[in-house]
Amino acid sequence: MFTAHINITLRPSILDPKGKAAGEALSHLGYDAIRSVRIGKFIQLTIDATSTEQAHQLAKEACEKLLANEVMEDFTIEIEAR
Amino acid sequence: MSRFSILVFPGSNCDHDAYHAVKHVMGEEANFIWHKETDLQKPDVVIVPGGFSYGDYLRCGAIARFSPVMNSVIEFANKGGLVIGICNGFQILLESGLLPGAMLHNAQLKFACKQVYLRTESTDSPFTNEMVAGQVLQVPIAHGEGNYVTDADGLKALEDNDRILFRYCDADGNITTDANPNGAISNIAGICNDRRNVMGLMPHPERAMESQIGSTDGRLVFASILNALGQTHEA
Repeated sequence: MFTAHINITLRPSILDPKGKAAGEALSHLGYDAIRSVRIGKFIQLTIDATSTEQAHQLAKEACEKLLANEVMEDFTIEIEAR
Repeated sequence: MSRFSILVFPGSNCDHDAYHAVKHVMGEEANFIWHKETDLQKPDVVIVPGGFSYGDYLRCGAIARFSPVMNSVIEFANKGGLVIGICNGFQILLESGLLPGAMLHNAQLKFACKQVYLRTESTDSPFTNEMVAGQVLQVPIAHGEGNYVTDADGLKALEDNDRILFRYCDADGNITTDANPNGAISNIAGICNDRRNVMGLMPHPERAMESQIGSTDGRLVFASILNALGQTHEA
């Protein structure tokens, strides 16, 4: 059994309205050192697979087909054996 | 008489508006198609209505795109059938790949529910042939994620092929930042596919059918469709 930890973020070229709003709020709180905020999604999958590679492949397919929209999002996958 | 099939997903909420517009205002045949069906009931036109299909979970339209009915819609579109996706329906068509691009949260971070003005950018489509180029329509919007985005090549492809059908404008037809309710790139409110038989638009023409509720400009979209189907109809 494997756990896939998936991070989905808006592509750098895409404006992030939610991140921008949170960034402005932090600025109002006085956190001037925090220059920008980008908000994404974290998705965790539990996968039956025979190897890390196979689990990674399944998670990648899931991202490409459904979990991420590659028009505007990038994703990273980390596989952990359980 | 033309047959309109209106899809119904869990969370659709403009399906009845579309039904009313088609059946009671335009006097055409309208049928609801539950999302688990695969038989579209031989439509002339498919409407993918607005709402919050699947609660907008994951991304707007992302899950509805895998409903069984969507395979039939894609097949219908690929054969040249007329498909119109409104609001959440537009988002579903984007997710299904029938139209290019994606939707972000409105730049203003607010759900925008108001009347807007649209400039007719192309009359060369089954959805806009009853307008004149540059004609300004008043139609309502109601969405939180209508901030249309595509990359530079994608935008160029839309522009070069005259596929931007509507842009947000002011009352006089000027395309301005102030008139853009959601931050959509190039003020885009509606586009069509390369073959020009599939349209997606964020505003709601089906809610601009009767003067009592503010505008009848939405009728032009439906009159255009009937015109394209070879049926004459008064807008």
